[in-house]
Amino acid sequence: MATSSERSPPPFPDSEDQDVLDAEEVRGRDSDEDEDLFGTTIDRSEVTAGVIDPLSQQEAKQTSTAPVIDLSGDSQPVTSKIADPLVDLFSDAPPAAEAKKPSSANVDLFDDEEGSDIFAEPLQTKPAKQPQKSLFGEPDEDVFGEPLGAISKKPVPKELKEKSVTTKVTAGGPLQDSKPADIFSQAAASTPSVTSTVNPKTNGVHSEEDGDIFAEATVELSLDSPRNERKKEATAKPSAPAPTSLPAAASLAKPQPPALEEVRDGMNAYMAYKVSTQTTLPMFRNKTFTVRRRFSDFLGLYEKLSEKHGPNGFIVPPPPEKSLLGMTKVKVGKEDSSSTDFVERRRGALERYLQRVVNHPSLLQDPDVREFLEREELPRAVSTQALSGAGFLKMINKATDAVSKMTIKMNESDVWFEEKLQEVESADQQFRKLHALVESLVVHRKELSLNTASFAKSAAMLGSAEDNTALSRALSQLAEVEDKMEQLHQEQAASDTFTFAEMIADYIRLLGAVRGSFDHRMKAWQRWQDAQSMLQKKRETEAKLLWANKPDKLQLAKEEIAEWEAKVTQYERDFERVSATVRKEVIRFEREKTKNCKRQVITYLECLLQSQQQVSESAFSYS
Amino acid sequence: MSIIKPSFKNTGFNKLCLSYCRLRSVSVDLNHDASLLIDIPDALCERDKVKFTVHTKTTLSSFQKPDFSVPRQHEDFIWLHDTLVETEDYAGLIIPPAPPKPDFDSPRDKMHKLGEGEATMTKEEYTKMKQELEAEYLAVFKKTVQVHEIFLQRLSSHPVLSKDRNFQIFLEYDQDLSVRRKNAKEMFGGFFKNMVKSADEVLISGVKEVDDFFEQEKTFLLDYYSKIKDSTAKAEKMTRAHKNIADDYIHISATLNSLAADDMTANKKNLEKLSDLFEKFRKVEGRVASDQDLKLTELLRYYMRDIQAAKDLLYRRARALADYENSNKALDKARLKSKDIPQAEEHQRQCLQKFDKLSESGKKELTSFKGRRVVAFRKNFIEMAELEIKHAKNSVALLQGCIELLKSN
Repeated sequence: MATSSERSPPPFPDSEDQDVLDAEEVRGRDSDEDEDLFGTTIDRSEVTAGVIDPLSQQEAKQTSTAPVIDLSGDSQPVTSKIADPLVDLFSDAPPAAEAKKPSSANVDLFDDEEGSDIFAEPLQTKPAKQPQKSLFGEPDEDVFGEPLGAISKKPVPKELKEKSVTTKVTAGGPLQDSKPADIFSQAAASTPSVTSTVNPKTNGVHSEEDGDIFAEATVELSLDSPRNERKKEATAKPSAPAPTSLPAAASLAKPQPPALEEVRDGMNAYMAYKVSTQTTLPMFRNKTFTVRRRFSDFLGLYEKLSEKHGPNGFIVPPPPEKSLLGMTKVKVGKEDSSSTDFVERRRGALERYLQRVVNHPSLLQDPDVREFLEREELPRAVSTQALSGAGFLKMINKATDAVSKMTIKMNESDVWFEEKLQEVESADQQFRKLHALVESLVVHRKELSLNTASFAKSAAMLGSAEDNTALSRALSQLAEVEDKMEQLHQEQAASDTFTFAEMIADYIRLLGAVRGSFDHRMKAWQRWQDAQSMLQKKRETEAKLLWANKPDKLQLAKEEIAEWEAKVTQYERDFERVSATVRKEVIRFEREKTKNCKRQVITYLECLLQSQQQVSESAFSYS
Repeated sequence: MSIIKPSFKNTGFNKLCLSYCRLRSVSVDLNHDASLLIDIPDALCERDKVKFTVHTKTTLSSFQKPDFSVPRQHEDFIWLHDTLVETEDYAGLIIPPAPPKPDFDSPRDKMHKLGEGEATMTKEEYTKMKQELEAEYLAVFKKTVQVHEIFLQRLSSHPVLSKDRNFQIFLEYDQDLSVRRKNAKEMFGGFFKNMVKSADEVLISGVKEVDDFFEQEKTFLLDYYSKIKDSTAKAEKMTRAHKNIADDYIHISATLNSLAADDMTANKKNLEKLSDLFEKFRKVEGRVASDQDLKLTELLRYYMRDIQAAKDLLYRRARALADYENSNKALDKARLKSKDIPQAEEHQRQCLQKFDKLSESGKKELTSFKGRRVVAFRKNFIEMAELEIKHAKNSVALLQGCIELLKSN
């Protein structure tokens, strides 16, 4: 594939900045994308051949989001043509769609994916909108109305994805800008007109703003609409940011130590975290900005996000837990290692949390996220306080959730979900165990470092007591070496904690979120089932009435039936949409996990490697 | 060779033990003179008793045969040591420290605990832990045998002690020595004697030292003893911490493995590799621990005991000095009363003679001890550093390999 080959080679002048991590990430991503490419081979190639050659690069990039879609698309060969675009849209677009407006297009997409589009048509528009709204309900100011804006939005997730790439890769940048921009303009031009006509055909439903994109897609690239959209987005992206002429790169980086700052005020003291964002995304006002946030703000962000996106099956990355004990220690102001440890751990966890949010194509679009990153002052998040009334409510909610979870018996229709759920659960268990083990490793390592230190001291003493000069020197040297070793062990313990244990803790949290999204899916199913049984009841009453021959009531009953039928369909679609989202999200999660995991492990191993090298060096200097 | 515990049923055990015996952990600089060579080629564990086969090769005419083996138990070694200590003639010598009692409690306890925790582990994990414990047990066993062997070798290489009658009987008498185990009274007596000795030490510490060499040696040994005791404890802890880390690696590796088994994504391979790496790591770490134990801890431990023996020598000399002073006083008194003068003179003369003799041989012993210590420390330290480097290089290679692998995927 031309695209892939083109794509992968770009050498990343990575290592220079930040750290190797990112480079690795990039690399990891590449490989992933390549795989994706294979998945979507057909689409891609056609596309590139036909219309959008120049874009190919971007496409490649965008493909990163594609895999999900492709998977589902593949499963339904029949609808593939139509479905693909939708699916693609769906995968990338949701963000855009959200941003824009509740577009029915999305809904349709889902349907299509399931192959049920036709069936859904009549009802679609109406019911579809509602869920959509709830989902994406918040108006997105910037992007909002105009197609261009919409388009520009779409690219965003992409860009995010590319984030690391774009920031790092200077070579890639220019290309993207110029070419895509052109294309984009073409696309944009053609879009509006075509849209209206095409959309109905392809989607079966009108989609307003989204529609154009799709339309374009369909128009220009009749075969591989999925790709098109891709393209469009790709193009769009450059176009929108075009004025700034830089591929957007949103990198959320919290600068390290200075990011912390303590605001002391008795027990009301808190840690303020500085959140610095670097971006070229048009939706932000500046390219770089820094805000100060406290921990509860992070929690508040999560609350908002999970409320909004959780029910739709998105995996909302969870922030680190509140820890009264740890924070109190910090507050009390003991400058011991455990409290600095705690703060550093938390800082790292928060940073990873934000990165995850920002890396999520849909979540980034959320105005709350932007507000969080951009606004100077945030209204204080009250609900996150453990003892507040809201917290109490939350607890009750959780309890009821847990009860309903137990009572709902879902007969799983989709084997994939069943397997995944099981996998997630066992992985969760294993990760917990692993976490405990690594913690104990850290404890032992710290012990070792302590013991080494005391041995070093005692060896030094022994050396001073020794009356043979040579031996005395040897002993004091031994003491020095052991001192160094102690340092190394300590560093190792720190890297155990920060890279290894923290990674595992992250995954435990994330797996919890994944489970949460499974739960939401189950709830949607439950709603659907309830509606169905209700419909059944209504039908029975209708039959009874019919039998009793009461025409006046019959009319009412019929209306009710129609209403419930509509509800059933809507709920079913809801459920299917949530299922699709969950599926997509899980796959995304897994991919990210693999990548992250690998990166972390490599970092960790490199730490180990370094320390071992140092051990050997110091031992060598000794002998 | 019988086995300590049913759980240690391991056919390779016997051989392992023998081969381990070849390794020398504590090097004591022995002037190996070929006239009397002693080793313990085999040892056998029965319940709490360890039976050592003491093998002797000699050209000395005082022995009936040039080559013979006898079975001996730990208590026999203790008996030999005690008789040597109690012999007046050897008061001026550093009597090699008696080997410590074989102690298999710690691996046994751990084995017990492991058995209890079996349910929480995977089978593989359990097997590995068990192997680890067996290895630990073997290491303890091997160390025990070594320490006993070294005790005999030091005796045999000593110009005076090697001629000791009891020592020769110990080596030659081919029946069970059936040394009477100490009964309660004697145990108490021993305890009491120790008390008296330490009290006595305090008392005679007031006696003015006449010889600078001994004065220095005394302060040095006292100081050194406390320091080395401390170091030994610390080194033991350090070694144990290493061991703990190695054990952690086992669990981590096993958990990663089961994670990998559940994982269907591309992560699977990474996890497997990681688990593999940790498994190898734990072997390296385990070796670091055991080498450190052998080269450092064991050395410190041995010399701690040896210094105790040297201190005992000093005590005996100080005692003799005190006796001499007392006899001087007695003589003065006798002269004053002009009564029993010849006896007092005689006694004073004897004390002086004894003291001088003690001082002379003590000086020689202590000087040679010092040389021996320096040599042993140097040798062990060098060896330890080399091993440490080797292990570190090993793990570096392991890590590098693993990183390459991960990156290449």
